[in-house]
Amino acid sequence: MSTLTTPELIDLNLDAGDRAAATRLLAQRLAAAGRVSDLDGFLADVAAREAQMPTGLEGGIGIPHARSSHVSEPSLAFGRTDAGVDFGAEDGPAHLIFLIAAPSGGGADHMTILAALARRLVHASFREALTEVTDAAAAADMITREVGGA
Amino acid sequence: MKLVAVTSCPTGIAHTYMAAEAIEQAAKAAGHDIAVETQGAAGATPIPPEVIAAADAVIFAADVEVRGRERFAGKPTIQTSVKRGINGAAELISEAAEAAAAAAANHSELESGAILAAADRADLAGTSASGLSTKVESGASVGARLRQWLMTGVSYMIPFVAAGGILIALSFLFGGASVATKVNGGTFNGHTYAAITDPTKILSQVGFAGVMFYIGSTAFKMLVPILAGFIAFAMADRPGLVPGIVAGLLAVAVGCGFLGGLLGGLLAGAVTLAILRVKVPRALAGVMPVVIIPLVTTFVVGVVMIVVIGKPIASAQSSLTDWLNGLSGTNSVVLGILLGAMMAFDMGGPVNKVAYTFGLASLASGNTKIMAAVMAAGMVPPLACAFASAVRPRLFTSTERKAGEAAWLLGLSFITEGAIPFAAADPLRVIPSMMAGSAVTGGLSMAFGATSRAPHGGIWVVGLIGNPGLYVLAILAGMLIGATALIALKSLRGDVVETEPQAQAASAAVVPGNVVPA
Repeated sequence: MSTLTTPELIDLNLDAGDRAAATRLLAQRLAAAGRVSDLDGFLADVAAREAQMPTGLEGGIGIPHARSSHVSEPSLAFGRTDAGVDFGAEDGPAHLIFLIAAPSGGGADHMTILAALARRLVHASFREALTEVTDAAAAADMITREVGGA
Repeated sequence: MKLVAVTSCPTGIAHTYMAAEAIEQAAKAAGHDIAVETQGAAGATPIPPEVIAAADAVIFAADVEVRGRERFAGKPTIQTSVKRGINGAAELISEAAEAAAAAAANHSELESGAILAAADRADLAGTSASGLSTKVESGASVGARLRQWLMTGVSYMIPFVAAGGILIALSFLFGGASVATKVNGGTFNGHTYAAITDPTKILSQVGFAGVMFYIGSTAFKMLVPILAGFIAFAMADRPGLVPGIVAGLLAVAVGCGFLGGLLGGLLAGAVTLAILRVKVPRALAGVMPVVIIPLVTTFVVGVVMIVVIGKPIASAQSSLTDWLNGLSGTNSVVLGILLGAMMAFDMGGPVNKVAYTFGLASLASGNTKIMAAVMAAGMVPPLACAFASAVRPRLFTSTERKAGEAAWLLGLSFITEGAIPFAAADPLRVIPSMMAGSAVTGGLSMAFGATSRAPHGGIWVVGLIGNPGLYVLAILAGMLIGATALIALKSLRGDVVETEPQAQAASAAVVPGNVVPA
C-alpha cells in the first residue's frame, strides 16, 4: 500500500470560494495522482455525503469525505486556506480541509489508516502543526508520520 | 467512574473515529476509565460483556443505529449525535457522569426502602433512567441467551411470588385456611360461602386475614404477566415490555399458566425484535415507539395467545377432565400417581387446574382421599426445590437460592406456584423432577388412605387431615425424591455459571421486611 497522502495532494494556499470549489480543487489532485478514476463521479459521492450533514467541525476544519467506487486506495488530500471556506460548522468557516477518499469495496484492514487519520484530526496539536507548516512536503511528511501509515 | 461508548456515522470512515478519540481524550482528562466501540468501516471490535457490565454509564454518539444496542440495556445512557461526540466530548462525559450518579442515588434510595427485599442487587446495579436491567450478555450461545431471558423474567417475578405467596400463607396462619374460600366463594369443610365481589367488604365479612389473602392473591395474579413481560424485555428491551405483559395477562385469562406465559413472553420478544427491524419512513419514525410498535406487537401477540394457544388449551383441558372422570373406578394408587404428576406439571397451569378441579369435585361428592392426594402432591414442588437449593446451592443461581428460601413456606401452605421460579428458569430439568416427586406423594397418600376435608391450606389444615402422620410422610418422601431427581439432572449440567455481576452474593433473601443492605 502506498502512503495516505503525498506532497502532490497538498495545497497550502487553497483558493476556493465555497465548499464545492474547495472539494473539487482537492479532488482534482487525487485524480491527477491516479487515486480517483472518475472526478465527477467521486465529487457526486462526496456531495451526497455532504448533503446528509455538513462535515464542518468546530475549530475550523472541514472533512468532506466519501466511500466511492471511483477511489482506488485510501487517500487524503489536504488544503489550507487563510480566507476560510464555509463547511457548515457553527463556529465559522474551515481553514483546514481534509478530503478523505475511501474505496467503496475496501476491507476493514484498508480502512484502519483512515481511522487513524480521523483520530489524529481531533488533536489540537495536530491541527496546530498543520496550520503552521510551511511547505507541502513537510505537511505530507508530518501527516504520514502522525498517522503511522507507510 | 467507568464509562463505555459507541460511535458510528453514515460513512464510517471519519466521524466515528474522531468522536471515539475525542470521547477517549475527554474521559481521560476527567479521570474516568472508558472503552469505546467504533462501529465504522474498519470493523467494530465489540466491548467485552464484562466491561459493559461494570460500566456506570453509556454514551451513544451515533448518527446511525447502534448495532447490538441491547447489550447496554438498563444502563444510564446518553444518546447524542456523532458530531456532538467530537465537538462536545467534555460536556458529554460530564453528562454521563451525572446520569450515573443520578442512577446510583436512585438506586440507594430504592435500597433504603424495605419494599425491594427480594430485588436483586445485580438488577439494582444496572438501574437506569428506566430503572430496569437484564441479565443478557451479547455473544452468548442461543441456549445461554434463552436461559438469560428466562432468568431475567424470573428475577423480576420472584418478589411477586414472595410477597403474594407469603401473604397468602400468613392469612391461612392467622385466619385459618378457610379464608380463601370465604373470600373467593366455594365449600370448605362442609360450609358453603358466597364469593365477595367487592374487596372493600372483605374486612367486615372475613376479617383482616381475608384482606391479607386478597392482597396476596392480587400480587399472585401478576406473577405470570411479570414473568412474560420481563422475558420479552430481556429480548427486545423496553418495547418488549408491553406485549410481554399483555401476553402474560392473556396466558392467565385463557388458563394456560406459567408455561403459556413463558411462551407468550418469548413470542412477544421475538415479534418486537422483528418489528424493530422494519425500516419505516422518516415521517412515521416519530410515532413508532409510542404508538405503532406497542399497538402492532400487542395485537399480534394477543391474537396468537387467544386464538392459537388459548383455544387448543381449553379443549385439551375438557378432554383431560373427561378422561380423568372415566378413570374413577381404577386403582386408587395409580390415580394418585397420575394426579400427583399432573399437579407438578405446570404448577397452576391448565393440567394442574384439571387435577385440582378433579380433587374439588371429588371432595364435593364426598371422596376426601383424592383431595388429600392432590393437596399433598401440590405441596411437593416448592418443598423439593427449596430442599435441593439448600443442600446443593452450587447447582442454583443466587436468584434461585433466594426463591428457595421463600419456597419452604409456600410449599407448606400448598402454594405450588412457589416452584415456578425454578421451573421457569430451567423447565426441562425442574418439571420432570417435580412430577416424579409429586407422583410418589400422590400415590403414597392414596395408599395410606389419608383424607382431607379442606380444599387448600397445606400444613395449616392438618387438623382436617385424616391419618396426618402418614400424610406428612408421603409429602416428605415426594420432597426427597423430587429434590434428588432435580439435583441429579442439574449435576449432569455442572455447576451453574453466574452470569450476573459480582454484586449478586450480597443480595438479600426473599423474606418480607428484610431490608437490602446498602
